[in-house]
Amino acid sequence: MKEWPLWEIFIRSQHGLAHKHVGSLHAVDAEMAIENARDVYTRRNEGVSIWVVPSAEVVASSPGEKAPLYDPARSKVYRHPTFFPMPDEIKGM
Amino acid sequence: MYAQNVDTGVTRLRSKDELSDAEREFQDRIDNDIRIEPKDWMPEGYRKTLIRQISQHAHSEIVGQLPEGNWLTRAPSLKRKLILLAKVQDEAGHGLYLYSAAETLGVSRDEMQDALHTGKAKYSSIFNYPTLTWADIGAIGWLVDGSAIINQVPICRCSFGPYARAMVRVCKEESFHQRQGFDIMMTLAQGTPEQKQMAQDSLNRWWWPSIMMHGPRDEDSVNSAQSMEWKIKLFTNDELRQKFIDQTVPQAEYLGLTIPDPDLKWNEETGHYDYGEPNWDEFWQVLKGHGPCNRERLQARVDAHENGAWVREAAVAYADKQAAKRSTAVSQVA
Repeated sequence: MKEWPLWEIFIRSQHGLAHKHVGSLHAVDAEMAIENARDVYTRRNEGVSIWVVPSAEVVASSPGEKAPLYDPARSKVYRHPTFFPMPDEIKGM
Repeated sequence: MYAQNVDTGVTRLRSKDELSDAEREFQDRIDNDIRIEPKDWMPEGYRKTLIRQISQHAHSEIVGQLPEGNWLTRAPSLKRKLILLAKVQDEAGHGLYLYSAAETLGVSRDEMQDALHTGKAKYSSIFNYPTLTWADIGAIGWLVDGSAIINQVPICRCSFGPYARAMVRVCKEESFHQRQGFDIMMTLAQGTPEQKQMAQDSLNRWWWPSIMMHGPRDEDSVNSAQSMEWKIKLFTNDELRQKFIDQTVPQAEYLGLTIPDPDLKWNEETGHYDYGEPNWDEFWQVLKGHGPCNRERLQARVDAHENGAWVREAAVAYADKQAAKRSTAVSQVA
């Protein structure tokens, strides 16, 4: 018998934050994935909303491309507010 | 522990000079505490060892439901029954988190379950002991889950991302398990003389298996060195065992129960408890499948899997039928 497909589970907590990846599980369809996610990942009031996504549909960046993808940001420290020195007298900035 | 004597496939630890460039780069990442993620390059030995370790850990969670499930219908009150149900349900969840973590390494759930059912994969020795009285449910929570916490908290910082993340969730829930166990022991220890005796009897039977659960002595553990180099094990068996004993002795004293080890005594010099040698022959026998309940546990898992086959098949048939209905509806609209 074929194995049930894998689903990635995302939960939004009650504190208004974005849905967060919490894990994965097997289910025959989206409805069962939501029901199982409820049983597995929200037993202690962890969330108020569940997203389920077939794992096979997730497109990820390749680990081999780390350098071309992320290195350009390294030299651009001026993108951080801490790059700009502020005199002690200046408040509220 | 929940994963005992995990084979790393090595007979000795290689020095950094003996590693290939890729292996050295990998080891450097680990030494710098950079987490390894499933799609990163990793040595085959690391992948295989992790699959063995995580799946064994998962199997332990699943098989671990059986000794406690034995008391679900016989819990002394509705409250205790509800609490035990919640705990056993947690164990199923722990198994699931761990199976999912192992699946990211390229092994399927079916392959792992098959390995358990055919006896190829192991689970923790501790679950091959019987739960004879209600006090055993207390002792398991207090001692077995207590041991598990000591072992699992460091794994939250292990080198493999999915394993570490699964452990964070497990540890949060494990705390409830240990406290519910201690609560049962406390209630019995403060009850009638018969109830207190029941708690003592349970401690007598579960103490040594809990001590052995941390795995063989460091000098007898050939795989520890490699696992520690890879940071999928952060403390040695003996270190974890000592920590468990140091933590548990005062708890037993509070309960007014006696730990069944005549050699147990506080060592002022080391700042730790000295303790006697467990029966290691018993440990290896249980690991080889000759413990009191090995056959029964495995049979229960195989039966559950086989008797549930029709449910799994029916669910797939239903999902296929619904999908077919949807696609017909779509083509009719088009």
